[in-house]
Formats: sequence, C-alpha cells, structure tokens
Amino acid sequence: MLELKNISFGVDSEEGQKEIIRDVSLTVDNNKFVVITGPNGGGKSTLARLIAGIEKPTSGRILLDGEDITDWSITDRAKAGISYALQQPVRFKGIQVIDLLRIASGRYLSISAACDYLSEVGMCARDYINREVNASLSGGELKRIEIATVLARSTKLSVFDEPEAGIDLWSFQNLIKVFERMQEKNKDGSIIIISHQERILEIADEIVVIAGGRIKEQGPRDQILPALLGTASAVGACTQLEKGSEQ
Amino acid sequence: MAELKKEIPKVKIDEIQKRLLLEVADLHNVPEGAYNIRANGEMAGRASTANIEIVSKKDVSGIDINIAPGTKNESVHIPVVMDQSGMKEMVYNDFHVGEDCDVVIVAGCGIDNCGKQDSEHDGLHRFYVGRNAKVKYVEKHYGSGDGTGKRILNPQTEVYMEEGSYMEMEMVQIKGVDSTIRTTIAKLDAGARIVVRERLMTHGEQTAESVYKIELNGDGSSADVVSRGVARDHSYQKLDLGISGNAACSGHTECDSILMDDGRILAVPSLEANCVDAALIHEAAIGKIAGDQLIKLMTLGLTREEAEEQIINGFLK
Repeated sequence: MLELKNISFGVDSEEGQKEIIRDVSLTVDNNKFVVITGPNGGGKSTLARLIAGIEKPTSGRILLDGEDITDWSITDRAKAGISYALQQPVRFKGIQVIDLLRIASGRYLSISAACDYLSEVGMCARDYINREVNASLSGGELKRIEIATVLARSTKLSVFDEPEAGIDLWSFQNLIKVFERMQEKNKDGSIIIISHQERILEIADEIVVIAGGRIKEQGPRDQILPALLGTASAVGACTQLEKGSEQ
Repeated sequence: MAELKKEIPKVKIDEIQKRLLLEVADLHNVPEGAYNIRANGEMAGRASTANIEIVSKKDVSGIDINIAPGTKNESVHIPVVMDQSGMKEMVYNDFHVGEDCDVVIVAGCGIDNCGKQDSEHDGLHRFYVGRNAKVKYVEKHYGSGDGTGKRILNPQTEVYMEEGSYMEMEMVQIKGVDSTIRTTIAKLDAGARIVVRERLMTHGEQTAESVYKIELNGDGSSADVVSRGVARDHSYQKLDLGISGNAACSGHTECDSILMDDGRILAVPSLEANCVDAALIHEAAIGKIAGDQLIKLMTLGLTREEAEEQIINGFLK
C-alpha cells in the first residue's frame, strides 16, 4: 500500500518559489489499478517522480506498507518494490535489451525468460533481445522495452508515466491487455498509470484527477469517468493519434 | 587443420605472465595455430603452420609473419608480456598477408610492474595486406602491478592495403597503462576498406594519446573509425582522428567520450578532401554520463556506482 500524506513540491523560478504539487494526499491499496489524469502541466508526472524518489517533496510524507520512505533514495525505493516506467525512455550505448532486462529482474535471466517479457509487450523477441538500447530503436520500440523492464521487475507497485505516448494504435490495444494481465498475475501488486487515454481510464479501479497541482477529484471509475469523457482528461485513441500525427 | 611446426617445443612463462596473456589475448594456455609469445624481451614460444610462417628479423628485434596467399580461417597470436621492472624495448613486427587471405591476428601487450623503474614496450606493426585479403586484427593493452614504476606502451601501426582488401581493427586499452602514444597510419588502394573500433579507458594520472592518419588513395576506398573513450580521475586523453580523401572515397570518424571525476579529453578531428568526390564525415561528442541514464538504472535497483559501472561497461563493450 502506498500513502502520500500532504505532499507539496516546489521549484525555484524567476518569480520565486513555484508550487507544482500542493498538499496532495492519496492512498493506493494493494491490487488496485489507479489512473491519474488531468490537464497537461497539472503535476501528474511530477507526482510519479516524487513516488519513484527522483524528486523529494518540500513537505509531506510518503509511506510504503506503513514505512516512511520520504527520505529514501531511488535505489532503496526500487529495492523496496517500486518500479517506474519513464515517459521518455533513456537510450544507452552498448547496453543490450537483454542486459537491461537482466538488471531489471535482479537475477540471471535466461534468454527465453527475457524473450517472454518482450513477447508480452508485442515485440518479436528474437529480433530485439541482442539489440542495443540506443538511437537505432524507435520511440515506440523503446517505450515497449521500458514497459518490459517493469514487467521483469514484477514489484508490488508499478508506476507508468504516459505509457501510450509514442505507441501506435495496434500496440496500444495490446498495451491495455498488458496492464490487465499484469493485474491478474500480480495479485498483491498495485499499478499507477499516468494517462489521459480513455481506454486506460476504462480499465481503472480508481481515477484521480490532478489540476494545478491539486487533486480535483478522486474516486471509483464509474463515479469519476462519465464527467471526464470528452474533456482533455479522457481522450479517445483516435483523437490522440490524430493529435500525434499533427505534431 | 594446418600442420604445426613448433620451433620451440615448450613455452616458458610464469604465472604472472599467464595472467597477462589471459588479459591481452584471452589465452589460457598456448594458442592453436601460429603464434609467437614474447616474454621479457625473449622469445618464450613460437609455432608456424603450413600457411603461416613466423621468422625472427636479423637486423632488429622483431619478427616477420608471412601468410601465404589464399590462407583462410587461420589465426596468428603474437602477445607480449613483461613483468620485469625497468625493461625498455622496441620491437618491429611485419605482417605480409597474401592475396585472398581471410585471417585473424591477435596482438597485445601486458605489463606487470611491481618495481620502481619504468617498464616500456614500444612496437611498430606493419601490415602489408594483399589484394582482396580480409584481416581481423585485435590488439589489447593492459597494465598491472602496484610498483611506482610506470607502465608505458607506445604502439605504432602502419597498414598498407591493396585493392579490394578489408581490415577490421579492434584496439582496446582499458586498464593500467600509465602513458601511451598510439599512432596508426593507413594507406588504402581502390576498393579497400578499413574499420577501426578503439576503446580507451584512462584512470589515475594516466595519459593517452591516439593519432590516426588514414589516406584514402583509391576510388571506392573507405574508412570507418570510431573511438570511444572514458577518462576518469585525473587522466587525460587526446584523440586525433584524421582522414585524407584523395579519390572518390568515403570516410567517417567518430570520437565519443565520457568524462568522469576530473578527467580531461581533447578531440581533434581532421578531414582533408583532395578530390571533389571524397565524402568525409566527422562526429565528436564529449560529456559526462547522462543523468537520466543513471536515474533509469537506479529505478531498476542499482546504486549510483553500480549504474555508472554498467553504463561504462556497455559503452566500452
């Protein structure tokens, strides 16, 4: 169980301290699928980075299974069972996909076991397992490898920051299945996804709407989703693709 | 399988030398095929084969390696190991690779210096690569020992490539060499291609200088030189990659370097086009390890130090 208690986070800017997250309190129970949505610039990604330990809150506490992890490093949080898939996956020269999956799993992973994780995210494992995680891979390929590393970790809390960004429609349909299977397999695990994708919101147990650094709404999907449909917080797949192709 | 003609029946090397051999030539014991092992300035073992003949030079220290035309899938190992403090040597090795060969040549030098005096091995390797021959050359340099004497290696390599020949060079120096000046020159005839992959890591107070001068003299010749370096602690690297395009040719050089601690790197790209159909490209990038790379690996449970090690290992792989 993850608890955020009165979390605030600010950065220094030219106009003085700028508050990005304001007094956010949130509880994510075991085996819950929580989607955080809201307008761009509302603080969603910052919240994910605060949970992973990349940023430290200016005030408030973060608890994992009752233990205060606010001052823990990224590494300690990862070891305690927090996984985090970045919105912009990182490229590495010389590090192969198999290396990354082995590091993620924290054990010696056989080639066939590693391939299973790639197949899970819809990649032809044979073609990718020995590829370098470098600029020769497309954004969508990197994104799926990023998700595969989180699957390989199989931890109690997995945080995905806009997993659908850069992924084509076919892969997107599979992505939904990946999250559904993840939840089935990892019964005690909980998933937090940052997304304004309608299809992802539809499979959430709970939805949290963040705007202006504050929680605007939170509750069970059926209670929150109807009011979001048609707004920027719940975008259809086609709308998003059209938007993507314009960019 | 080529017939072995061993000139020296038994190889005389000690445990330290064995360890050095493992580092520089991946050799656990005497290699198969043709070889010449030099230990502390003396020949410690040699074998020629039906197609590859190794003979000592008469006028200077060194050997001639004669590879008969058409020799395929054979290898030559010529490692050098030194574990006597205060040694200084200069060696001349010439490789005559016949037409249509396809061979692997593994060279390398390991120095263990536990003493106070400097140990230095300087070598000049000359390759005469015949028409349409294919050579893979692997050269590893390694130093160890906790003495105050320096471990110095100054390798010079000259490559003369005839029409349609191909040479791939893997040059690695990732540990323990205090001072090095590496000079590689290559002259290519029509249709010849050279591919260089250099890996350099310096640490402590080490200095490494690597100079390439490649002349693309024939139409259709090409060169691809990629040097990856990591400078840690207070070490210094100078990378000078030069290509001259004197015909309708294509050349690419790339310096890709990671700086750590107080390391310093100077990259000097030089391209000279003397023909309107010469297409030459240079890329250079120097920087510290990207913060998001560290963050990514830390979110997978590695400490910062472990993450750095993984990134460097991958980079120098």
